[in-house]
Amino acid sequence: MKSIFDYIAGIFKGVWSLLKGMTITGKYFIRLDKIVTQKYPENRKKLKMYDRFKGELIMPHDANNFHKCNGCGICEMNCPNGSIEVISDKIITSEGKSKRIIGTHIYHLSMCTFCGLCVKSCPSNALAFSQEFEHAVFDRNKLTKVLNNPGSSLVKDLAE
Amino acid sequence: MGYQKYDLAPLTHSIDQFLYSHLSSTWAFLAEMTLIGVVFLIFYAVIGLYLVLAERKVCAFMQNRIGPNRVGWFGVIQTIADLFKLLLKELITIRKADKLLFNIAPFIVIIASFLGIAAIPFAMGLHAIDFNIGIFYIMAVSSVGVVGILIAGWSSNNKYSLIGAMRSGAQIVSYELSVGLSLLVIVIYSGTLQLSTLVESQADAWWIIKGHIPAILAFFVFVTAGTAETNRGPFDLAEAESELTAGFHTEYSGIKFAFFFLAEYMNMFLVASVAATVFLGGWMPLHIPGMEGFNNAMDFIPPIVWYFGKTAFVIFLMMWIKWTFPRLRIDQLLNLEWKYLLPINLVNIVVVALIVLMGWYIK
Repeated sequence: MKSIFDYIAGIFKGVWSLLKGMTITGKYFIRLDKIVTQKYPENRKKLKMYDRFKGELIMPHDANNFHKCNGCGICEMNCPNGSIEVISDKIITSEGKSKRIIGTHIYHLSMCTFCGLCVKSCPSNALAFSQEFEHAVFDRNKLTKVLNNPGSSLVKDLAE
Repeated sequence: MGYQKYDLAPLTHSIDQFLYSHLSSTWAFLAEMTLIGVVFLIFYAVIGLYLVLAERKVCAFMQNRIGPNRVGWFGVIQTIADLFKLLLKELITIRKADKLLFNIAPFIVIIASFLGIAAIPFAMGLHAIDFNIGIFYIMAVSSVGVVGILIAGWSSNNKYSLIGAMRSGAQIVSYELSVGLSLLVIVIYSGTLQLSTLVESQADAWWIIKGHIPAILAFFVFVTAGTAETNRGPFDLAEAESELTAGFHTEYSGIKFAFFFLAEYMNMFLVASVAATVFLGGWMPLHIPGMEGFNNAMDFIPPIVWYFGKTAFVIFLMMWIKWTFPRLRIDQLLNLEWKYLLPINLVNIVVVALIVLMGWYIK
């Protein structure tokens, strides 16, 4: 007898759970304002990417053209596919000591897989990812970029 | 009755008489056959294509997406563009496939659903063939489709295809029972197998209202079993993308694949229109016994609108089911049929026989 009750109760329980699922999809079906799809080329002007989105590698510069890179080359060593080249330079400080600074920080966008190891391993937080993702160009030489702005220098040098 | 104001029989009879008065009887007969064939072919293509679009839209809205919206306004010609793409694609024949059966299978599938559509009453007087065993005929021809699926799976010479076809066979053989028994409920109520008389018998109220609890139960069993019989999700084990790549139509390309695809949607249309005709009154307007004014107002909406409205409702119900539930496993599928739907149906039929005998339904 108990098995018969279990059978009938099972049918009602099953139907109830199916109806619960259908209510959820039914609600989605009528709530057209909740649509998450973005129409990309049309909304280009107000399109906002997310903070953790990895667009392309940049070296943030402040208003006085200062960056934080001291040219240590750890990013170059950590890059798995060799898309970073650090060419360092040497200067003589006012105390007469020789000091290493960054000459050119070259970034090959064409080889980058956007793994983010360079940003993670940078000891002085000099690198970051921008939100820019429209990388298409007509000449592949344009994909090789120099990250430090011309005439920029390290933040600490300001005190000296 | 008020609903007779939109009778299309005079129109079809005048076409018939025009053909017979201008041609010899053999040619007139042939011309009529060709005319009906062409009309159905166009109807078939248009309905099939727009059901694919409707499914993509419904699915998209249920998943908080937009769906096709680039080709034409709101994506209205997306599926037509897809059809042209498929027409231009190469028809690849597998080297070790059974060539004859491989090429014949899509046609068997599509002809089976084509034959079924012929017996559907679309509106008053708009009915290609009115068999006195209409329901039986539709059930018989629509189950021929599984032969095509089995042949497709077998002749592809591919293990995935064969597994898909075998699953489809097991599924259709078992769900055919539920489809038949749930239709039998209404056949017992109305005492006819002929679709035109069945629709006429719902002039006072639809069977789902007149037949109360057993009819509602039979309606839901029919929609479930019908979904299974058309190989649609959550019963799409024959295709099961994640397990069998595409099941029985893995090896098909181009327009032959499109045939399978269209046949699937037309089978859905067929199941939905049978459900609409048998349970929801077909082209009959909504009539409530005792409310003359309301009934007369409903009669002003043409029967063809009623028919397509009801069919669209059942199709939406089937799409809703498909995009809500996950796919069943093969043992769960057979459990559902043999342990739940079939016993419920058998009890239902005994109850209906008793109800009809005692006259406990709205007459």
